[in-house]
Amino acid sequence: MIGNLIARDLRRGFAGAAWLPVAFFLLVAALFPFAVGPDAQLLARVGPGALWIAALTAALMPIERLIEPDRADGVLDQLALHGLADEAVAAAKIVAHWLSFGPLLIAATLPAAVLLGLDQAALGRVLVSLAVGTPGLAALAVMIAAVTAGLPRAGSLAGLLLFPLAVPLLIFGSAYASAGGNGALLLEAAIALGLSAIAPFAAGAAIRAGRT
Amino acid sequence: MTALLRFQGVALTRGGRMLFEGLDLSLEAGSALMISGPNGSGKSSLLRLAAGLLHARRGAVAAQRAALADDNHALDRELPLARALGFWTGLAGRGQSLDAAMTAMGLTALARVPVRLLSSGQAKRATIARVITSGAPLWLLDEPLNALDRDGADRLAGAIAAHRAGGGAVLAASHVPLPGEWRQLELGR
Repeated sequence: MIGNLIARDLRRGFAGAAWLPVAFFLLVAALFPFAVGPDAQLLARVGPGALWIAALTAALMPIERLIEPDRADGVLDQLALHGLADEAVAAAKIVAHWLSFGPLLIAATLPAAVLLGLDQAALGRVLVSLAVGTPGLAALAVMIAAVTAGLPRAGSLAGLLLFPLAVPLLIFGSAYASAGGNGALLLEAAIALGLSAIAPFAAGAAIRAGRT
Repeated sequence: MTALLRFQGVALTRGGRMLFEGLDLSLEAGSALMISGPNGSGKSSLLRLAAGLLHARRGAVAAQRAALADDNHALDRELPLARALGFWTGLAGRGQSLDAAMTAMGLTALARVPVRLLSSGQAKRATIARVITSGAPLWLLDEPLNALDRDGADRLAGAIAAHRAGGGAVLAASHVPLPGEWRQLELGR
């Protein structure tokens, strides 16, 4: 049953606008050289952090289509009637969301790194930090999508909620991406795991509380 | 005989307002109960209580596995109707076959039509077809005649009769009389 749900959400993700966050990510990355100037050394130094900022803003894009359409159409109600716990639904949505968001974003890091003039070592660190961090971002996005589903101006509210909660991921993710160090990577992984563990329960509770 | 649905002293509040309290009802196999009452008297909320989607303020609700047809069709708009319904029959994994249910509701010709192009009456038929395929002993129908034409209403009556004959029970909320024999419960009096 969970597999069916993941497959459905994946199909909808790729049929819909899976490329949109990626395009946004590349666009933000392309804006940085304009803002900072053509100083290659400076760009290479701020590049990893810039890519993390771009990833964070890209994670915000799909939030409105993660939970709200299914709530409004009654899909969440029918899933509950078919015996699926709201937590299981949320977990399936997190997996499906990461699959349609994480790999594409990681692939888009390659052209983005060229735009910022990152060397190979820095690119490798950015890739590892995003691979470790994007599951946490996906979990956070689904959690916030569930909390804000059905609210007016949910999109802006989601931004206000997402960015503060993503700060720990941002700190350790971009710390590892910029300077390396196993400590930062382990802390980032711990935060991503923690978010992934909490999010299904928080999102499930939010879905339940949102029923009228 | 064990009841498929039993309410004991159930009270429900919505937005701080008491919709009903001290409500007792029970539905045995083969029985059908129609809830009527003015707009806002809690008909739909009662169905959602029975479905386990809402929780009673007081009292106890005990229900068998239920299938719900309400105004939200819960079908993926971009998919052809047969595939959109197939997602749900894939989850249910028992009950009548999808083909039989689509034939029963007169939907066979629409199998390849995307859900977003369906009329509201056709979408209503689709939600009833999903209830038929669910295999759930308890059917919860919210305003089942809304948007249905004469043919649709006849098909619905046939499906309900078959379900009752097979030992199922039906709880429906409607502000217009439903075809067939129903026990009546009026809310908001």
